[in-house]
Amino acid sequence: MPDVTLTVDGNKITAPAGTLLIEACKTAGIEIPAFCYYPGLSLQAACRMCVVRIEKMPKLQTACTTPVAEGMVVQTETPEIAQARKATLQLLLGNHPLDCPVCDAGGECELQDMTFKYGAADSFYTEPKNHREEQKWSPVVYFDRPRCILCYRCVRMCGEGMDVFALGIQNRGSSSVIAPNVPAQLSPEDLPNLDCEQCGMCIDACPVGALTSGAYRYKTRPWEMNHVSTVCTHCGDGCKTTLGVRSVSDGSEIVRGDNRDKSGMNGDFLCNKGRYAFDFANNIERLTSPLVRKDGKLKPVSWDEALKFAGAKLRELRDSRGPQSLGVIGSNRTTNEENYLLQKFARTVLGTNNIDHHRTADYVTLATSIGATTRANGKTRYASQHCVETAPALLFIGGDPTNQAPLTAWNARTNVRLNKARVYIANHEEIKLRRQSKAAIQVSQFGYGALAQYLAGDDKAANATSTVEQADVLSSFREAIKAEDPLIVIVGNEVRGGELANLIKALPHAKFGLTADYVNSRGASDMGVLPDVLPGYQPLTGSTIASEYSVADKPGLDLLAMFDAAAAGDLAALYVVGSNPVKRYGIDPATLGKTFLIVQDLFLTETALLADVVFPAANLYEKSGSVTNSYGDVQLVAKAADKAGTRSDFELIVRLADHIGHDIRTLVPFGKGLRADMGQTRGAQSGEADRHAVWMTANNMEPKLSPFDPFAILDEIQRVVPGYDKLLRLQLLSGNDQNITPAATGLVQIENRKDLVLPSSDTLFTSGSLTRFSPMLQDVQRHQETEVSDHLAAD
Amino acid sequence: MAAVANSIFTPATAARFDKLATIYPLKRSALVPMLLYAQDEVGYVSDEVVAELAVRLDLLELDVRGVLSYYSMLRTVPAGKYNVQVCTNISCMLRGGFELLDHCKHKLGIGHKGVTADGLFSLEEVECIGACCWAPAVQVNYDFHENLTPAKMDAVLADYAAGKGKNEPPSPSIGSAAPEAK
Repeated sequence: MPDVTLTVDGNKITAPAGTLLIEACKTAGIEIPAFCYYPGLSLQAACRMCVVRIEKMPKLQTACTTPVAEGMVVQTETPEIAQARKATLQLLLGNHPLDCPVCDAGGECELQDMTFKYGAADSFYTEPKNHREEQKWSPVVYFDRPRCILCYRCVRMCGEGMDVFALGIQNRGSSSVIAPNVPAQLSPEDLPNLDCEQCGMCIDACPVGALTSGAYRYKTRPWEMNHVSTVCTHCGDGCKTTLGVRSVSDGSEIVRGDNRDKSGMNGDFLCNKGRYAFDFANNIERLTSPLVRKDGKLKPVSWDEALKFAGAKLRELRDSRGPQSLGVIGSNRTTNEENYLLQKFARTVLGTNNIDHHRTADYVTLATSIGATTRANGKTRYASQHCVETAPALLFIGGDPTNQAPLTAWNARTNVRLNKARVYIANHEEIKLRRQSKAAIQVSQFGYGALAQYLAGDDKAANATSTVEQADVLSSFREAIKAEDPLIVIVGNEVRGGELANLIKALPHAKFGLTADYVNSRGASDMGVLPDVLPGYQPLTGSTIASEYSVADKPGLDLLAMFDAAAAGDLAALYVVGSNPVKRYGIDPATLGKTFLIVQDLFLTETALLADVVFPAANLYEKSGSVTNSYGDVQLVAKAADKAGTRSDFELIVRLADHIGHDIRTLVPFGKGLRADMGQTRGAQSGEADRHAVWMTANNMEPKLSPFDPFAILDEIQRVVPGYDKLLRLQLLSGNDQNITPAATGLVQIENRKDLVLPSSDTLFTSGSLTRFSPMLQDVQRHQETEVSDHLAAD
Repeated sequence: MAAVANSIFTPATAARFDKLATIYPLKRSALVPMLLYAQDEVGYVSDEVVAELAVRLDLLELDVRGVLSYYSMLRTVPAGKYNVQVCTNISCMLRGGFELLDHCKHKLGIGHKGVTADGLFSLEEVECIGACCWAPAVQVNYDFHENLTPAKMDAVLADYAAGKGKNEPPSPSIGSAAPEAK
């Protein structure tokens, strides 16, 4: 749209026609206060805080509902406006408790800020305040009624943003109240409560402390925490979560997760797990000491003893029974650097290709099928998470984004609501996202392969695609999606192998995204934590990296084959990093009886219980590095919390290699090239380290002085892993995401590969093995189970 | 075919609701009339009424409760058989509305929104009922009683108590139902 020019407070500003005045001012750096206005949600104009004086208009106007117009002359701060805002505040404070010193929002409360600014501290009201007890609506959402200023942000956020509609308004006038969807008389404990997705978006949107979080309330004050923006460890969507941490006697604990830093690809959004399920990190069951099995029992020992024992044993077994008798299982939740290091450890220190992880999506097929193909305009066929938010057309095949990839669902809904995007759905279940769809077809449960053939033009596949008679529906569906260009296809993990390859071939004009289940599932694949593929999906022979590693050219054992080998007595040792295959794959404990098992994890999982050596590991919130989300968007992970007694997986792998007797300089390229003089802490040169850091940052470098520096491995990843070579380091360090596309050519070609993808079917309230170590997730599950009937709109 | 199987309403009301849901450009516009008719039939808007209306109009129960709580004439607890609504807005107030209200409170032994122990009467203080010309006025269920004084009010209440209220049909159903119940 054409730009219009207007004058605000004497400054000429321009904005696209149709922009709301409040937004145009914000862009120009002029702040107009508002309680009810929330970008992206419908307009309410309930709070009257954003009033401004517009020339030639009678009375003050609300900036949140006034579109800019050519030649408009606006005043945003005059004594008249200040008086109006002050009067509004006095009305709001008429019944607002002045409990700021104990209120969770104190210090980051919009009402408090405005009261400071406009000084409405004295009230003309003599009536006693009408107090109501706070209500617990769910384990994570509490409501403090007198603090509510009736801005209706929560109601709109829940309905429009989340498509849940669990909050409403009841009564009228000054008795209006925000009400949850389960009234007292219908709830088991005779108190009103919430039957919803428990995302906490209402709490985030609340400008005051009326809605507070069960995980955080009354624990601390905002200014007493450090706020670290990092990537959520749960699903594969790659949301940023800002963790509030504070010092405790054994490190620093996480007290809050929220979305203060709205810079991430998730914008406003965080789901239940991103917001609250950090509590596993503070669980008292965390392992804090290495354990070694002595006389049949796991006993705490010193780090030195455990590492020496494990290293010597691995070396002995490697030398006596051969590298092919050793196996390594990697993780979906460790960083790219750790994944890369682990496979390098397996291939160069142990000398085996026996490395695998719990696969939750088939990225090898994605990379090899897209390969060198491009869209008609020569652009990439890999979708980014940002595409879901902005593309004009989305096709969801399989999966249930609302439960498995909540940000993908949020972005799709936002895109439909704000940009009128067209959503197409082919699924064997009635997923909730159908409510936003333009067209949806019911696929039979194992009909995705037939669907791919049908989309490719094979009309005979129609019957196998769907159990429902819907020939017309199918053909119009196919026509519609063929006509969409660009089309973003988001594929669930039902589709893999040949079916995925056919699907990618059938829609040559589309960009693809493949949803996986955990934060770095994609990264584990990209980094080659696989028996038949080197990092970047390069083959075991002929690639640069293969020649550097000089690895065996035969594919190693996959995860299941390793357990078969263990059962046959052929697996001498198994090194499991951040994974619980015994539980996940239902492995009989006796299988591992003859295998020397080393496990590093947060908790004594089913797998760790069987181990000979257990190392307590740090989780993703306690380390730095990078992770790659389902779509291939790489982001930096920052260290937020700290737990005494644990070490990062990175450090553990390096130390283990050291104790095996490997030259760790060949494992981690640290201390090469640039050597930093870290300067003096006192005296004339005391600022040297800082100046040095400035210089290195300006030159796109960081010091890698330690073998435990993940960035040393990131250097190597950028050097040898195709796709990751294009990473811009400053972008990464600035906290921005970058989409990675695997190499177009020279990729591994595997015929008849076993399908080892095991979707973890996590819901909004589960997260693999971490579920049972998160008290909040347990509470929320119990809460949702007590709901006798479904109070939500038909899913 | 009925829109809802196993309706909690009488067949006549259910049929009326089936039609109501079809005559507005937006289905949900039928909510307020439906709530009123449902209240007339059931006596109040029960949770079952909320549930059925939500199904009929493709709304969430939360939406129905939101509308329901907005209107003071809709109630969620049973009223007495005769709901005495005393107006205390300006005209009635000037002509003794509050005296009338206080008299009723005293006479019936209940307060605003109260119900007598025998369930016969309930009392409500209401906003203008549109009978200013004949203030003070009282509405009992749907019937108006005007130009009242405490003495006249006593007579009105006595008539209702005796089953001879204004416009009350000498209904055989009421008369015959009582002995059967015993």
